[in-house]
Amino acid sequence: MTILAFDWGLVIEKLILIAVVVFGSLGIALYTTFGERKVAAILQDRPGPNRAGPFGLLQPLADGIKLIMKEEIIPTAANKWLFILGPALAMTASLMTCAVIPWGSDIELFGRKIALQIADINIGILYVFAVVSMGVYGIMIGGWASNNKFSLMSSLRAASQAISYELAMGLALIALLMTTGSLSLKTIVEQQIQGNWWNIVYQPLGFLLFFIAALAECNRTPFDLPEAENELNFGYHQEYSSMKLGFYLFAEYINMIMSSAIMASMYFGGYDLPFFDESTVAPNIAAMIGVGTLLIKIVLFVFLFMWIRWTIPRFRYDQLMNLGWKTMIPLALFNLLITGALILANL
Amino acid sequence: MQPLTNKAQAVSRDPMTFWERLYLINIIKGMFITFSHMFKKQPTTRYPEEKRAFSPVFRGLHVLNRDEEGRERCTACGLCAVACPAEAITMEAAEREIGEEHLYREEKYAAKYEINMLRCIFCGLCEEACPKDAIYLSETFAPANYTRKGFIYGKPDLLIPNPMTEASDLALARGVEA
Repeated sequence: MTILAFDWGLVIEKLILIAVVVFGSLGIALYTTFGERKVAAILQDRPGPNRAGPFGLLQPLADGIKLIMKEEIIPTAANKWLFILGPALAMTASLMTCAVIPWGSDIELFGRKIALQIADINIGILYVFAVVSMGVYGIMIGGWASNNKFSLMSSLRAASQAISYELAMGLALIALLMTTGSLSLKTIVEQQIQGNWWNIVYQPLGFLLFFIAALAECNRTPFDLPEAENELNFGYHQEYSSMKLGFYLFAEYINMIMSSAIMASMYFGGYDLPFFDESTVAPNIAAMIGVGTLLIKIVLFVFLFMWIRWTIPRFRYDQLMNLGWKTMIPLALFNLLITGALILANL
Repeated sequence: MQPLTNKAQAVSRDPMTFWERLYLINIIKGMFITFSHMFKKQPTTRYPEEKRAFSPVFRGLHVLNRDEEGRERCTACGLCAVACPAEAITMEAAEREIGEEHLYREEKYAAKYEINMLRCIFCGLCEEACPKDAIYLSETFAPANYTRKGFIYGKPDLLIPNPMTEASDLALARGVEA
């Protein structure tokens, strides 16, 4: 497959991988909305959606069809171009994160060694941060273009919240990077597989900070101030209807899945199944086991997100800012200091 | 004030301790409370498949009664309409002709009998006022309708099936009601 001195097999293999990952995460996000409703129901002693199909399993399809069939409304006072750009940007930014996540170890097909990762770039985590902070533009642009006070307020909140918590998130990560010495997610996962322990053992405080910041980054309860229903009606997507609203809601769930995948990869060994020696089975089977393991870890994290959402009430805005600036960032710096000291002592 | 139950607790105004100010421990406690609800019995009644029985004194839709021979009991005396606090009942009386003895029990009958279910408050005073045992409140409620007109129930909607000619329908209606 080498034509014009170029390996076209690589292109095909990556395109297939991109399609699988993108449509896979869309499908998983579809069923995460269902999962959210079921988890909420079960935690509140209700049966939840159970009408569409067996156990209500066709509910997300019904929701999707409903969203597509709804009338598309663009307010006359809205900036039309930006109004459409907003949800597109939110969706793109959340989907782009999946490019650097290592989904499993290499598999061998047709005599080719295929890495189950779209791009193993050596600045993987920086890329994730860059893309995640792009996501706030989707919210900002959408809220501003709606030409609605509540939407604008909410998007301003979202932006300030994202900026405040990204700092703590970054600082918590730097401590992790000091121990691993690499920004590539693949390398970080491989290190955890080869080493004795997952990174959570070395960085418990860092993980806690990262997790809380991830909740805030995904605009999930208790930090879902941008869509505080009781004060801002519906928040930044108030003026949106039809599939544009669907994109915003979807982007939130994809963000959740992606941050779960990143947390699993960085702190919980990624596709590493504990107490199992991958070299005892064929490499392809080992890779599949790895993918399954990572998916289970993602599902557990997503469940944790939902569990938290249906337990804790929303923070007030000043509490959010106090927590972000006066607690999270000092703690992250403290964690950085301790990690540095421990690394020095080990040397 | 004397507490009515022994569940009352004084609110603690003490400053929060360090562990309380961390919030995390209380959040985890709360999360275990919600988690424990996963294993609780759901009180939900899955409605169309499962129905909760009404209480024996439930006052639902009205029925106009017939006697054992299938004759209408109502004589259009108008006492129900007078008793009705919501003024939901209207009727027009007519005289029984010769040859209609098998249809109407007495010499006078209701040619038109209408109850507006949107006005009705289901108080059951019509049932109490009726001297002829002609109107009763059943154990079903008015189904939804597309128009207001659809909620004005006439004689065909209210009369119970004739025990002589439609005995099976009557049994079915009784079975559903019970």
